Amino acid sequence: MPFRLDDDQRALRRGVRELLQGRFGRDALRAAVDAGTLDRKLWRTLGDAGFFALSLPEADGGVGLGLPEAVLAFEEAGRVLLPGPLVATHLAAGHVEGAAEGRAVVTAVDGPLVEWLDAADVVRGGDARGARPVRSVDPLTPLHRVEPGGPARDDPVAVLLTAAEQLGSAGRTTEMAARYAREREQFGRPIGAFQAVAHLCAEMLARTEVARAAVYAAAVTADPVDVAAAKLLADEAAVRGARDCLQVYGGTGFTWEADVHLHLKRAWVRSRRWTGTAEAEERCAAAL
Amino acid sequence: MDLADTEEEADFRARLREWLAAVLPGLPPAPDPADWPARRAHDTAWQRRLYDAGYGDLHWAASPALRLIFLEETERAGAPYVGANFVGLLHAGPTIAAEGTAAQRARWLPPILRGDHVWCQGFSEPDAGSDLASLRTRAVRDGDRYLVSGAKLWTSHAEVADWCELLVRTDPDAPRHRGITWLAMPMDAPGITVRPLRTLTGTAEFAELFLDEVPVPVANRVGEENDGWRVTMVTLSYERGTAFAGEVVACRRVLGELAREARATGRWDDPVLRRRLGRLGAEFRALWRLVQWNVGGAGATGAVPGAGGSVFKLRYSHARQELYDAAAEVLGGAGALDLDRPWVHDRLSSLSYTIAAGTSQIQRGILAERVLGLPKGR
Ligand SMILES: Cc1cc2nc3c(=O)[nH]c(=O)nc-3n(C[C@H](O)[C@H](O)[C@H](O)COP(=O)(O)OP(=O)(O)OC[C@H]3O[C@@H](n4cnc5c(N)ncnc54)[C@H](O)[C@@H]3O)c2cc1C
Repeated sequence: MPFRLDDDQRALRRGVRELLQGRFGRDALRAAVDAGTLDRKLWRTLGDAGFFALSLPEADGGVGLGLPEAVLAFEEAGRVLLPGPLVATHLAAGHVEGAAEGRAVVTAVDGPLVEWLDAADVVRGGDARGARPVRSVDPLTPLHRVEPGGPARDDPVAVLLTAAEQLGSAGRTTEMAARYAREREQFGRPIGAFQAVAHLCAEMLARTEVARAAVYAAAVTADPVDVAAAKLLADEAAVRGARDCLQVYGGTGFTWEADVHLHLKRAWVRSRRWTGTAEAEERCAAAL
Repeated sequence: MDLADTEEEADFRARLREWLAAVLPGLPPAPDPADWPARRAHDTAWQRRLYDAGYGDLHWAASPALRLIFLEETERAGAPYVGANFVGLLHAGPTIAAEGTAAQRARWLPPILRGDHVWCQGFSEPDAGSDLASLRTRAVRDGDRYLVSGAKLWTSHAEVADWCELLVRTDPDAPRHRGITWLAMPMDAPGITVRPLRTLTGTAEFAELFLDEVPVPVANRVGEENDGWRVTMVTLSYERGTAFAGEVVACRRVLGELAREARATGRWDDPVLRRRLGRLGAEFRALWRLVQWNVGGAGATGAVPGAGGSVFKLRYSHARQELYDAAAEVLGGAGALDLDRPWVHDRLSSLSYTIAAGTSQIQRGILAERVLGLPKGR
């Protein structure tokens, strides 16, 4: 029962982190915010690195790894706010021509929402004709609204990978807040020396670590209730983490220049995608 | 990453489950919580049953995986809780196993495992609670013994304990953390007065200890003289990291009972209550995963490093309180106020969880300083 990352998993995480640092650093993030379009070259790079084909069997041209490895990769994507319909394209690998290699951009109708519709080559999970654009709260996630909406969203892999992205974002905002609290000085000392600030950061850490245990465990068991629980905790860790980070940043946190709002807005989007709060709570309740 | 049982683990689980199913129906009912001698007898008899069946040493001798399986299965089956054996089995024992000499292990561990000896914890003092390092109880060397004088507070189970894991100051001139020593004090030594304290549950859970030149042999010292703070950190890492682990499974069982009760009474149709219970289900599921994660990362001795233990302690203590608040909603009106309902008593006792074993504020401080590297000095 060794519930720890093994060496291969640690190496994979390191590899994905390095790839994303190189290809999607801070400048690329801000450029993506300004452009509002999907970077096809980056998509192709992700495909070449096996990002979309991680859990596709080797016999089908994939990397042949499991759900835990996909979760680690998506956690890294969440840390850097990698844009695009990552989950839908990952799910399409092996089903849609070019998805695994990052040649095709695949999005999905998920309840009443479709993200990145204009950038997508293929739409799955429902009919997006007549979809109307929404002025998306998140500058990194263009959204369309579909009436009456897609079918029930119960693909546990999609839910879990979304939770993994939330986990990555929660970890990142915790680090950002702690770092700012160590460096920013007021009243002659670092603000992290004030307990009100320190305790805010400690709660962020605790939420992230509990969510991490839930997300990793669900990746191992693939049990639908574990997955719903993981989504619930990861949504909370990401949304509240970003809010608390904003508070720690003070006025700087309220500016467009700081990345905090990007984390919060994306966390809001993800918390409504692939099983929202009410659905996850109901699912966990039904299992009692 | 793996969560599945190995063949050996699955085998252990199956045997344990069978054994529990066979013995539990014949057990006497739990005694009145106010009756300490009866509680001691009940809890130690259960430990003896476990020991005789070969399940006595799971808390520190066995692999962590077997320990977690033991907790899952005993709680799931509704077996008695460690109760009066809490300190001995879950933190004094593990500390001795990790830090004691071979002679000390041979002397103190078997009686704990057999249910012969109950331990208590003499750490807190009237002026040293959260700030444990300010403790003042003195131990003065007198030949091959120490003479201990001072007062301890909030000592759980002291009324029925045979031994006390005691922190004393052996060098008043050293910096606060340096002059402390960890001793095993026999509770029948002369000079000890135990004064039970009544808690808000209405019964006596803990006591005050007055120590007047109590002789404690030097041989009862675990670790070196003046190195007790380091040993204390080992004790606390068990207390915060794993001692409450079994209770998570117990809480999940309670949550299932609450859902059944709510379904039976129609309260389940209230979506607000239902979703609240669902969220608690997610929280306790995740907390058990965190236990598995922490134990997976624990050192060879099974102690969970401070950070993991503090995350667990912080979140568990609040989740437990939320659980019993939700129970009050399920019970509704008069039920929530009726002390004869078990959940009402548990709701009261849950109030101690954010205080005992390090308050939530202290846990947050540990996380902020030791994990996130935020500056000290607030
Ligand atoms: C049911 C129960 C059983 C117990 N059993 C035992 C036992 O068996 N053995 C034993 O030794 N002890 C035991 N304790 C004692 C327990 O460990 C202490 O109560 C606890 O450590 C807090 O100390 P205190 O009560 O002196 O509170 P204080 O330290 O006086 O704290 C009072 C308040 O101030 C806050 N505070 C204190 N310092 C800080 C700080 N630096 N930053 C922010 N806030 C702070 C605390 O969080 C708390 O809210 C038990 C307590 C309870 C409730």
